[in-house]
Amino acid sequence: MGTNTSPGKRSPFWLVISLTAAVIFWQIIADYVVRNKFILPSFTDTLAALVQLWAGGTIWIDIWTSLMHFAIGLLLALAVGVPIGICIGWFERINRLLDPLIEIIRPIPPLAWIPFAIVWFGLTDFSAGFVIFIGSVFPILINTYEGFRSVPRVFVEAGRMLGCTSSISLIRYIALPAALPHLAAGFRIASGVAWMCLVAAEMFGVSRFGLGQKIWWYYNLHQMDSVLVYMLLLGFIGLFIDYLFRYGIDHSLLRWRVGEVN
Amino acid sequence: MGSVEISDIKREFTREDGLTVQAIDGVSLSIADDEFVSFVGPSGCGKTTLLRIIAGLDQANSGMILLDGNRIAGPSPKVGMVFQEYSLFPWRNILDNVAFGPEMRGLSKVERYDLARRYISLVGLEQFEKSYPYELSGGMRQRVAIARALANDPDLLLMDEPFGALDAQTRNKMQSELLEIWGRSKKTILFVTHSVDEAVFLSDRIVVMSPRPGRIRSVVQVPIPRPRDRTASEFGRLRRDVLGLIEEQSRQAND
Repeated sequence: MGTNTSPGKRSPFWLVISLTAAVIFWQIIADYVVRNKFILPSFTDTLAALVQLWAGGTIWIDIWTSLMHFAIGLLLALAVGVPIGICIGWFERINRLLDPLIEIIRPIPPLAWIPFAIVWFGLTDFSAGFVIFIGSVFPILINTYEGFRSVPRVFVEAGRMLGCTSSISLIRYIALPAALPHLAAGFRIASGVAWMCLVAAEMFGVSRFGLGQKIWWYYNLHQMDSVLVYMLLLGFIGLFIDYLFRYGIDHSLLRWRVGEVN
Repeated sequence: MGSVEISDIKREFTREDGLTVQAIDGVSLSIADDEFVSFVGPSGCGKTTLLRIIAGLDQANSGMILLDGNRIAGPSPKVGMVFQEYSLFPWRNILDNVAFGPEMRGLSKVERYDLARRYISLVGLEQFEKSYPYELSGGMRQRVAIARALANDPDLLLMDEPFGALDAQTRNKMQSELLEIWGRSKKTILFVTHSVDEAVFLSDRIVVMSPRPGRIRSVVQVPIPRPRDRTASEFGRLRRDVLGLIEEQSRQAND
């Protein structure tokens, strides 16, 4: 899984070599050097744990729950971050008004919000979504702002000369499409941050399922091979999401930029 | 339609160190309907600033501009502009770029594409209507920019060094095409350029400006019938006269 998601036309030869070598190395270290399943489960231990969890565990519910937390947080971040980014990027007064607040709140690590997330929303899916929202809203907001700030003046002036004069139309027809590459970059960064916040948010027991929650759960049961299964799942799903977003954005929204024209 | 009355325009800029620079100081000029007028002069003579004020993109400190008797206070679809930089919207294909003005005027999809196609064929780019700007050469992009400005059927077309970034051959070709378009569509064109050759080739009149503060030094009539021959002696003489006027200006400015 995940091994064939690498984009481009490069042959998978090196990918296969690199992964095979890593797996063999891992197996040898675990079996002959560490020789302790608790400290370092081997590749075959992990594979066995995966088979077991697949058959009798809650892998699919965990994946589903985590993706739901992820989606709640990221959609909320888009819904809040993009409009605010547009406003501070376009209207100088709103920028002056909000900039100090944003700069003060932004450095607070998202995980520091967990106590309040629990106090406000209880041990719910929304509580996890909120922490993810805090982590991903700033990359989206800041990139939207940067995108609006770097709209070439000539596009705005050309638009005005052609009868696009109100702020609303200039934002909709000129600034937003011109800033789209920045927005896309912000969204990708945000999705990476969101994926990281997910684990921490779930570890605090906001729900009974989830990839992050299970890592903590199996650690408490001292089943480190299962912990490793969930870690690898997080890695591969994260990779897949990133690939999906990148592919989706480049091939639909930013066609005019990468040269994919039919 | 398209007569322009420029009366006593003054424009000063305040620099960051607090000093004010007089960019334009008392420029007045009457331009007739369908006339082709070029503005030349050394850098800093305010020719681009003047064009931007006429466009409504910049405001004069005093004086006013009348287009067919109506005061220009801001950008209006009656005035089209072609910029020096590539100003096509990269996220729109050629058809949608040219259809932008009509779209803003609220025309239906069918109407605005009809209109856009007419102007795209006027500049000879029918095969490229589905292409994106990055797929086009510099000359083609400026042709699209001209088509886009014309699609709103403005009475006045402003051009700010539109061919400045093009190579010499493309540039000459574009100049002939522009004259052809001008002949067919009959607009008043105000054209800012660094090239005296270009000004003499294109214009009915050439306005020579002097720098710091920007003023009109003299207005030169170009009585040569079109199409003009760059190698004709009359052409060369006019070019020499205008160049002489500009050099005199830069010398005085540098003293």
